[in-house]
Amino acid sequence: MTPKQQRMLSVGMLLVGLVVVSALSIGALRENTGFYIELDEVAAGQYPADRRFRVGGLVEEGSLEREPGSLELQFTLTDTANSLIVSYSGVLPDLFRDGQGIIAHGRMGPDGVFIADEVLAKHDENYMPPEVAASLEEQGYKPAE
Amino acid sequence: MVAELGQIALIIALVLAVLQGVLPLVGAQRNDAALMAFARPAAVAQFGFIAIAFGILVNAFVLNDFSLTYVANNSNSELPTMYRVAAVWGAHEGSMLLWVLILATWTLAVAWRSRSLPEDMAARVLGVLGLISVGTLAFILFTSNPFWRLQPAALDGADLNPLLQDPALVIHPPMLYVGYVGLSVAFAFAIAAMLSGRLDRQWARWTRPWTTAAWVFLTLGIALGSWWAYYELGWGGWWFWDPVENASFMPWLAATALFHSLAVTETRGLFKSWTLLLAIMAFSLSLLGTFLVRSGILVSVHAFASDPARGYFILAFLFVVIGVALALYAWRAPGLDTPGGFQASSRETFLLINNVLLVIAAALILIGTLYPLFVDYFSGAKVSVGAPVFELAFVIPMLPLVALMGVGMHTTWRTGNVRETLARYKWLIAAALAIGIALPVFGFGAPGPLTVVGTTAAVWVILASLAEPVQAAMGKKRLSAARMGMHVAHLGVGVFTLGVAIVTSYGIEADRSIRPGDTVAVAGHEFTLNRFDTVAGPNYDAIRGTVAVTRDGEAIATLLPEKRRYRLQQSPMTEAGIDASLGRDLFVALGDPLGDEAWSVRIQYKPMIRLIWLGCIIMALGGLVAMSDRRYRVRESATAKAGARDAAAAATTPAQEAG
Repeated sequence: MTPKQQRMLSVGMLLVGLVVVSALSIGALRENTGFYIELDEVAAGQYPADRRFRVGGLVEEGSLEREPGSLELQFTLTDTANSLIVSYSGVLPDLFRDGQGIIAHGRMGPDGVFIADEVLAKHDENYMPPEVAASLEEQGYKPAE
Repeated sequence: MVAELGQIALIIALVLAVLQGVLPLVGAQRNDAALMAFARPAAVAQFGFIAIAFGILVNAFVLNDFSLTYVANNSNSELPTMYRVAAVWGAHEGSMLLWVLILATWTLAVAWRSRSLPEDMAARVLGVLGLISVGTLAFILFTSNPFWRLQPAALDGADLNPLLQDPALVIHPPMLYVGYVGLSVAFAFAIAAMLSGRLDRQWARWTRPWTTAAWVFLTLGIALGSWWAYYELGWGGWWFWDPVENASFMPWLAATALFHSLAVTETRGLFKSWTLLLAIMAFSLSLLGTFLVRSGILVSVHAFASDPARGYFILAFLFVVIGVALALYAWRAPGLDTPGGFQASSRETFLLINNVLLVIAAALILIGTLYPLFVDYFSGAKVSVGAPVFELAFVIPMLPLVALMGVGMHTTWRTGNVRETLARYKWLIAAALAIGIALPVFGFGAPGPLTVVGTTAAVWVILASLAEPVQAAMGKKRLSAARMGMHVAHLGVGVFTLGVAIVTSYGIEADRSIRPGDTVAVAGHEFTLNRFDTVAGPNYDAIRGTVAVTRDGEAIATLLPEKRRYRLQQSPMTEAGIDASLGRDLFVALGDPLGDEAWSVRIQYKPMIRLIWLGCIIMALGGLVAMSDRRYRVRESATAKAGARDAAAAATTPAQEAG
C-alpha cells in the first residue's frame, strides 16, 4: 500500500469503528444514563415515571426502619425542606448513617415511595456528593465543617 | 524548624527545575554545549532537593509532628508506622509531592542512561522534563503546600482515612504514579524529536523501553487498585468504571497503543507522526487524570476534598502542555513522515488496527467520563453514565482486538502472510474453539453467545502466544527477548480475558439475612454463620463473624469477615472474608445488624476472578522481558562520543528483528 492508501485505510477504519460503537453506545446511554432529580422536583411530580433516576439528600435522623431480621428497609431522604421515603432491600454501604449525604438510584413506586436498587454513600465521611451539596445550598442549608 | 527546611528545599528544587527547563533547551537550539551540559547536574541536584523535602515530610509523619496541618489531618499517634509512612500520600498535598519525586526519579534515570543519546537530544528531553517539574513544583508551593504549619499544633491527628489503611493501598498510589509520570518521558522524547526535527528509527529505539517501563508500572498500579477495590470496598466487583478508574485506564490504553506504534516506527520507520501524537495523548491523559482526581469535579469514590484553585491551576497547566505540544505537532510533524509501503495483510496493518481499536476504546471512555460534565455545563442537568454503557462501548472494540492479536503477532512485516499463518495454526484455532465452548459448558453450565466468543478469543490468544515459546523451548526456534516479551504479555491478555469472560458470566452475588447458627446456600456452597466475636485492632474495634463453608457436607473453608469501627473517625469499614483459589473465590462481607440477632451479609461466588489480576501480572512481566532485549542496552563506547551531528549515522543502523 502507498502511504496515501494507508492513511485512507486508517482514517476509514477509525470512522467506521467510531460510528458502529457510538450507534450501539447511544442505545445503552439512553437506557443507563441516570438523571439526578432534586427532591423539590420530585415533590412537585417532575420526574420520569417510566425510567430510573437518581435522588440525593441527607438521611433524616432516626428515619431508618426495618423489619427485624429482614433485608427490607425504609428511610427518609431530606434536603431540609422536602423529603422522600426510600425503600431498599439489601446491604447498605458502610458510611450510610443519620445525617449522611447519600445518593439513591431507582424508580418511583406507585405509592410515592422511591424504590431504590442502589444506595451510594461516598468513602469519606466529610464528603458530600456535589449534587446533594447543591440541593442543600438551594434550601439554605450549610453543611457543617 | 525542620519542616521549614522542607519548604526551602522545594523552593531550591523549583529554581533548579527552571534552570533545567530553560538553559538546555536554549542551548540545544543554539548548539551551545555549555548550556546543554547544564541539564544533567541540574536534574541530579533537583532530585536531591525534592528527595530531602519528601524525606522531611515522611519524618514528620513517623515522628507524629502534628504542628503540620497536613500531618494533623491525615495521621494519628495510634496509627501503625507502616500506615504513617503511607499516609504521606494518603491525601492531596503529599501525593503531589510524591508525584514530583517520581518525576525527579524518572528524570534522574533518563540523565543517567542518556550518555548514549546525542547531546542535543539528551538536553531537550531533560529540558522538557524540567519544565513539567516547574509546573508541578509551582502547583505544590502555591496551592498544595504539605509543610503548612498549624497554629496552635494539634495534640493528636485526625487519623488516616480507614479505607486507605491497607497494605495494597500502601503501594497502589506510588505504583500508579510511577506509571502515570513515566509517560512524561515518552512525551519529552516526542517534544525533543519535534524540536530537533529529527525522528528516526534510533529515536524510536530510545523511546520504546521508557514507554514500556512506564506501562509496566501503570499495568501493575491499575491491577492493584482493582484488587483493592475488590476486597476492601466490600462490593466484590473488580472494576466500576468510576471516573478515577477511567482516568488511570485511558493513559494505559494510549500507552499500549503507543508502544505498538513505536514497534512499527522502530522496525519500519513508519507511523512517525502517529507515534508522536500518541505520546502526546498518553501524557495528556495522565495529566487529565490528575486533574479529574484532584479537582473533585467528578463524582467519584476517589474524590478528595475539592478546591477550585487547584482545579484551575491543573486545568491551566493541562492547556499549556497540550496546547504547546499540539501546536508544535501541527508545525513540525507533517515533515517527519517518510514514505514506505506495506501489504494489506502485513503486520503493519494489524498494528494499525490495534492502534485504531485502542484509541477508539480510549475515546469512548473519555466521552463517557466527561459526558456528565458537558451535560451539566450546557443544560444544568445532573446525569451519570452507568457501567453498562462503558462495558458495551469497551467490549465492542476489545473483542476484535483480542481475536486479531493471535493472527497479527505471527504475521510478517511488510508483505504479510495471513493465509499461511492461519493454515499453520488451523489446529490451534480448532482447539481454541473446542476449549472455548467446552470450558464454560462443562465447567459452569449453559453459556450465552458473548461468553463463548470471549472464552474462545481468550483461549486462542493463550495458545497463539504459547506457540513460539514452546517451539523455542524445544530448540526449534530462537526468540529475541523483545519477541518473547511480546508473547508473554499477550499470554497475559488471554488469561485476563478468560477471567473476565467467566466471572462476568457466572459470578453470583446474593444479599442474605443470617443469624448465628443459620445456614444459607449460594452457588452450590453452604455458608454457616457459627458465631460473632469482638476483636480489637491497634486503632479500631471489630465484630468478627466465623462462617464455615461446606460443599455437599465437606468442609471447604472458614471465612472471617469483619465489621471494623475505627475509634477516632468512628467510621465503619467492611473487611470481607475471602477464600481465594484460581478456580473461584468465595466472598462473605458483613452488612449491618438487622435486629433479632440477624445480620445482613453479602455472599459472592466469583469463578476465575484471580485470572484477571494474574493476567495483569503476566502482561507486566512481558513488558519487563521485552525491555531486557539486548538492543535497548546502552552502548556507551559506540555512541557516547557521538555528538549531535553524528546521530544521523546511528539512524541508518538497520533494526534487528523487532517484536
